[in-house]
Amino acid sequence: MAHDTTLSDAHAEHEHHELPTVFGFWVYLMTDCIIFGSLFAVFAVLRNQFAGGPTGKELFEISGLALETALLLISSITYGFGMIAAHKGQIKSVQMWLAVTFLLGLGFVFLELREFAHMIADGAGPDRSAFLSAFFTLVSTHGLHVSCGLVWLVVMIVQLSGVSAINERMMNKLTMLSLFWHFLDIVWICVFTYVYLASMI
Amino acid sequence: MLGRLSFADIPLDVPILVGTFIGVAIAGIAVLGLITYFGKWGYLWKEWLTSVDHKRLAVMYVVVALLALVRGFADAIMMRTQLALAYAGNPGYLPPHHYDQIFSAHGTIMIFFMAMAFMTALFNFVVPLQIGARDVAFPFLNNLSFWMTAVAFALINVSLFIGEFSQCGWLAYPPLSENQFSPGVGVDYYIWAVQISGVGTLLTGVNFFVTIVKMRAPGMTWMKIPVFTWTAFCASVLIMIAFPVLTVAIALLGLDRYFGMHFFTNDGGGNQMLYLSLIWTWGHPEVYILVIPAFGVFSEVVPAFSQKPIFGYATMVYATCAIMVLSFVVWVHHFFTMGAGADVNAFFGIATMIISIPTGVKLFNWLFTMYKGRVEFHATMYWAVGFMVTFTIGGMTGVMMAIPAADFVLHNSLFLIAHFHNVIIGGVYFGYICGMNFWFPKVFGFKLNETWGKRAFWCWFVGFYFAFVPLYVLGFEGMTRRLNHYSNPAWHPWLLIAEIGAVMILFGIVCQVTQLYVSIRDMNLAENRDVTGDPWNGRSLEWSTSSPPPPYNFAIVPHVHEFDAFMHDKENGIDTRQAGGPYQPIHMPKNTAAGFLVGAFSFVLGFAAIWYIWWLAAIALVGVFATVIARSANQDVDYYIPAEEVARIENEHSRKLMAQAAE
Repeated sequence: MAHDTTLSDAHAEHEHHELPTVFGFWVYLMTDCIIFGSLFAVFAVLRNQFAGGPTGKELFEISGLALETALLLISSITYGFGMIAAHKGQIKSVQMWLAVTFLLGLGFVFLELREFAHMIADGAGPDRSAFLSAFFTLVSTHGLHVSCGLVWLVVMIVQLSGVSAINERMMNKLTMLSLFWHFLDIVWICVFTYVYLASMI
Repeated sequence: MLGRLSFADIPLDVPILVGTFIGVAIAGIAVLGLITYFGKWGYLWKEWLTSVDHKRLAVMYVVVALLALVRGFADAIMMRTQLALAYAGNPGYLPPHHYDQIFSAHGTIMIFFMAMAFMTALFNFVVPLQIGARDVAFPFLNNLSFWMTAVAFALINVSLFIGEFSQCGWLAYPPLSENQFSPGVGVDYYIWAVQISGVGTLLTGVNFFVTIVKMRAPGMTWMKIPVFTWTAFCASVLIMIAFPVLTVAIALLGLDRYFGMHFFTNDGGGNQMLYLSLIWTWGHPEVYILVIPAFGVFSEVVPAFSQKPIFGYATMVYATCAIMVLSFVVWVHHFFTMGAGADVNAFFGIATMIISIPTGVKLFNWLFTMYKGRVEFHATMYWAVGFMVTFTIGGMTGVMMAIPAADFVLHNSLFLIAHFHNVIIGGVYFGYICGMNFWFPKVFGFKLNETWGKRAFWCWFVGFYFAFVPLYVLGFEGMTRRLNHYSNPAWHPWLLIAEIGAVMILFGIVCQVTQLYVSIRDMNLAENRDVTGDPWNGRSLEWSTSSPPPPYNFAIVPHVHEFDAFMHDKENGIDTRQAGGPYQPIHMPKNTAAGFLVGAFSFVLGFAAIWYIWWLAAIALVGVFATVIARSANQDVDYYIPAEEVARIENEHSRKLMAQAAE
């Protein structure tokens, strides 16, 4: 057994080289998940510490939130279309879908920032109470992730314009961004239900 | 322009710091001058600083760890000297403002930059070789991790000479660490140094987890993995779960300080115990992150120097995993006095005691490995046996403090200090030094001097007991930690004995430095050279390559048939190296400056943020992003070592092996 597999080993090694990238990124995302988990735990502890300031019920508006949520969820679908195009090797189509995803994500960040600006203007900024500290930190950590995702999307669109075919390394990058983007979607669903909806009941 | 930084922040009025600065400056200029004189800058940059080779990164990690050891120990002996003096009418030589910075720096540096860096060095050097891999899964990230650790250590040392360090202890408990009570830059230095090094550690955890899961040599199933790699695996899992929580805890403290938020403040609904819960959710696993790999070292050293396979391999693995899981359900024992109630305290007390069971299993496994073995009392083995005695005592005092009722008396007393130094010096430090003695010939191709190794051991071993047994007594006598001055006459003699112990440990460090010097001086003596690559009749795969290993580690990836793969091959006459080939070109990652650049920008970012120099922080942040994006666009990241070159290196080693056999 030791001797007859030398050649197939060389092949297996080659696969070895590429496989861990996406797996490693997935593992990294799970550590990111623990960051969010900790922030959710902090929010759970501090959610009623209003310090005489406004409560979530007074601050949150469901209509803007519904739009934000819709934009982010749709952006996950458009990214999915991008991945389908990538598997078919249609570079222009990939770039188009990534651009659509980018615009939807940008809309999400814009709406979030507008909500933050309103709250801060109303004197309900992150320094008002422990509840608001926890709220702003959790939600803006998600927002920062989405913003990093936006930078990443631009980088991918630019890098794709320089290639004639999608090689393995590029495919890995697209797959990792895909994992990242869908992961942020799942986190947002938790934010939406646990932070917003549960505060409004 | 310079934020809150001004000339007045340079502590020219503190003679100790001015003297230290002059010393560091002279040493620094000497080192830089020597590098320039010998024209080694290009070599240093191309072969080391930008290297993605796990073996070279390991060496650089050890350099950081040893520097941190010296710095941390200087802090320690200053504290002991202060307490030997500062009795009754004598205020000692360190005012509280300075003393508090010293104990904070001592703990922070010893844990984050001595112990963590040393542990990462051992991971880096040993794990890929033990599993028959050519490198880690992500060599570039490995280099990046190193630089994050290194620049964070640099940042914490800058605090000596520009501004001040935290005075809030190694974990910066709020509300003391909040702006209200610590308005200076000290806590900010702490925050940025810990966060930057934390990024490096997290990436290390991910890297080694993926490496061990995905890159083991064919045939190495889970229950054939060497014990050290198992412990590296468990520690990596702990890093991945625990360090994100540390990141959150420190980040929230930073938000309180930078943006006036109210996570842990006295007002605005903040909750200090939330910080304690978060920091210890990381902190307790952290001590197992440190000690589990030390257990792994002993599990390699004891069989090698007893010439027997490890006793109870499977129980060793299960015990390690059990400790890994249990380490997450004990954190409240760090603050039993919070008053969570009898039920909660009882749960965490019992959970803590349960950890002593798998730990005891390991101890008996090592003892039974030695039992009826041909034990050779090599200097390396001294550290292992010294560990078994010392760690057992430390473990038992830990179980004492796990009893909540007893902890109400012992909490924050010197008994606690004695306990954790008992396990961290006796467990972690002895373990890492043991590992350094064990793998040193593999790293450099020559052995460490044994006589000086034994001298170092005896100084450390006896010095440890002199330094810390008095602290147990003082704890019972009611002396609390972090005291700057005292007037109880009963304490004084014990603190003098502890000072003697610290001086003995100083001799231990001097012996270690001498050991390095003597070994390098005598490296070419025949009895010191490791020609075969297998100086201890080793059992696992790292001993099957040459010492030092070639850049690619294994010309032909070995096949693993049994646990203790190399010993199995030796006993059955199988050539693990498959010398003679046929060799194929080997795919290798190229060195890169990107890790160094991200580290340098992170350093600037941290420094600028500490001093509120926002324009500079913005530039540095852009620099970090730009470097990462440029790296992502770089297509020129790998190369092939031609088969002829591989054959040349391998034949050269075979020739040496035969010459050695002929003698």
